[in-house]
Amino acid sequence: MISFKNVTKRYGEEIVAVNDVDFTVEEGKIVVLLGPSGCGKTTLLRMVNRLESISEGEIIINNENSKDLDAIELRRKIGYVIQSNGLFPNMTIEENVMLVPDLLGWSKKEKRERFEYLMKLIGLDAKDYGKRYPHELSGGQQQRIGVVRALAADPPVMLMDEPFGALDPIIRDKIQEEFLQIQREVKKTILFVSHDIDEAIKMADKIVLLRNGEIMQFDTPSKMLSHPKNEFVSQFFGKDRAIKSLSLHTVEDLQTIIGLGPVDESVQDTKTINIHQDLRNTLSMLMNQEADQVVVKNDQDENIGTITIDLVQKYLHFEIKGKMSASQEG
Amino acid sequence: MNRKKWIGNIVKYTLYALVATFFIWAIANSYFDYIFTQSGTFLVLLRQHIVLVLVSSILAILVAVPAGILITRPKFKKAEWLVSNVANLGQTIPSLAVLALMISILGIGFKSAVFALFIYSILPIFRNTVAGIDSIDKNMIDAAKGMGMKPHQILFRVELPNSAYSILAGIRTAVVLNIGTAALAYVVGAGGLGVWIFTGINLFDNGFLISGAIPVTLLAILADYILRKIEYIVVPKGSRRIEKA
Amino acid sequence: MEKWLRFLEVNAPRILELTIDHAVLVSLAIVVALLIGIPLGIYLTTNQYLADTVLQIASITLTIPSIALFGVMIPIFSLINQGIGFVPAFVALVLYSQLPIIRNTYTGIKNVNPEMRDAAIGMGMKTHQRLLRVEIPNAMPVIMAGVRTAVIMNIGIAVIASYIGAGGLGVLITQGISRGDNYLIISGSIAVAILAIIADSILLLIQKRFTIKALTD
Repeated sequence: MISFKNVTKRYGEEIVAVNDVDFTVEEGKIVVLLGPSGCGKTTLLRMVNRLESISEGEIIINNENSKDLDAIELRRKIGYVIQSNGLFPNMTIEENVMLVPDLLGWSKKEKRERFEYLMKLIGLDAKDYGKRYPHELSGGQQQRIGVVRALAADPPVMLMDEPFGALDPIIRDKIQEEFLQIQREVKKTILFVSHDIDEAIKMADKIVLLRNGEIMQFDTPSKMLSHPKNEFVSQFFGKDRAIKSLSLHTVEDLQTIIGLGPVDESVQDTKTINIHQDLRNTLSMLMNQEADQVVVKNDQDENIGTITIDLVQKYLHFEIKGKMSASQEG
Repeated sequence: MNRKKWIGNIVKYTLYALVATFFIWAIANSYFDYIFTQSGTFLVLLRQHIVLVLVSSILAILVAVPAGILITRPKFKKAEWLVSNVANLGQTIPSLAVLALMISILGIGFKSAVFALFIYSILPIFRNTVAGIDSIDKNMIDAAKGMGMKPHQILFRVELPNSAYSILAGIRTAVVLNIGTAALAYVVGAGGLGVWIFTGINLFDNGFLISGAIPVTLLAILADYILRKIEYIVVPKGSRRIEKA
Repeated sequence: MEKWLRFLEVNAPRILELTIDHAVLVSLAIVVALLIGIPLGIYLTTNQYLADTVLQIASITLTIPSIALFGVMIPIFSLINQGIGFVPAFVALVLYSQLPIIRNTYTGIKNVNPEMRDAAIGMGMKTHQRLLRVEIPNAMPVIMAGVRTAVIMNIGIAVIASYIGAGGLGVLITQGISRGDNYLIISGSIAVAILAIIADSILLLIQKRFTIKALTD
């Protein structure tokens, strides 16, 4: 758990980078700090591991005030991932990943086992990649290594500063999925900086939207899309926030609320889609391939129904827009 | 492509031929004879030369590398531009003058020469140490700090390995330069192979010129070669490619 | 201080004269070195095999200590009765300048953004047009950096050339040594240092003048 209590950051007398920020990242949850550049999100993140000092207020990490801890010890208990991966070119992949355990004095055997476990998490062969150097890896692989390096000593808390920002969209998407998969297994308390709305919606349990160092709204992604607190929030998420919010709902949600269409066995060559796929991707699939319907498959790979643009529209109308307008009237 | 290779080979072998011609001509005129007829003196001069270079280079490394590390620490960062500018200015003072002025401070002899060579070698090593450390990606240092590395761990595990190429290149430059400057140690009466070169100039004796100049040249080329090999061994494999790019 | 004033009163004209000699020797050598080095550097970008050879030879040349190079050149130039004086000094300076000039021209042009080169080819520029309008202007900062290195180096080496009778400011220093006169040594060194600083500043100005605005930061 990370609690920010009335945290303020000043540079000199004039500049206030972070102003009276107050929120909590619950145990095992991902909170994304979102906002335009210069909104203070990175500063806020760097105050947690004391790469930036705190001017006022305090940050409580797992019931300990960060001020009371030795900065070096504090940092070793916090995983840290940055955009440009920060891998050390002079060390092999294994040396890079095992650096913090090494600093903590783990035994050779412990390190070896941990390394193999971590590499398995990201689907890279420990034997093959361990002896390589960072420059011998692709950008996506380097970033994966950056992520597992932060996980190396199994810290309860992780800080991620635009960790996937430098990757191209396709690889970024894949690594985000992969990371969520890992998170389901490791359940870390994560503070995540992003400037990408889609990434925030996808990764976050809760989003902190910042502007000029102040919190505009602290909410779950769907609340934020459906109940924007003020003009800034609704503008930030844009006119297409209804469509954006589709990515928070899956085909399964649609099935439970309005039901899927019947499977027409006579139609050949249609695309299929997994029931856990989000509706935004489903919609673009429907629109791109010019088919009237897409067959939905469950985890057992059985055809359980079909989905059409009409159904998505219906769902959008009742589920999302309905809630949005209700909230605006209320 | 073949024609290009052909041109390349012509240039290469022409140069080989010229160098070979020079050596045949020099040997035919017995310009190397002093090395054998006065082999005792030659060995003394050679030893003096090597000792001058070794002592002054080692002292310079011991001073310049730590100084370069110190000036790049946050505490002294503000002084960096001043020190670097002084160092750059120092480089414009002729080596001959540094040697000559040392006479009036330390007198004639070995000490003067070593001290002058030492001072003159500090600059390239210092500059390359600072440049090497400064060129390290700031994000890397940020990551190291964020992972909880202590300042000395960051220095020894991240900064120095990744600036090793630059530091060692500075040392190589300094040593090769030093071998040449040590040939001027004659003017402060510290011996070395320069003695024969200057004797050759003063007496118009080609024998002394060649017997002095060629060994000094070979010494410099050999030192350059050996230090390059050492660089290749010492610089971590992963940083090698990046530094050279 | 008073002693210095008296020294300068007597010696100023001579120092100035030697400074000019020094500058002329270095300038002539640099001009010739540029005339050889830049075309050669440009040509090398089209012939990788020759480039490797030439750059290696040039880098070995640079490791040869200057006094040793003079020592080797005197016997060779004696064959045409030019053993001592301007000619061997001049040739040595031209040789020493080659590495920084050729290497920087070569790498400067090689490092021009390949997309830019493609665009130039795509627009139908001929090879010489591409060189003059795209590649050389963009490589200018790197080439000029090489020229500056060569000039500063040559000003230093020319000091030693006074031992083989090439004149210049080295004369003050060598005379100072033989007479044990520190005034001569110091004034000579300061003049050399000032000459180096002035030359570097002038070259920096030229570099800025001839560099496209977009390339200066």
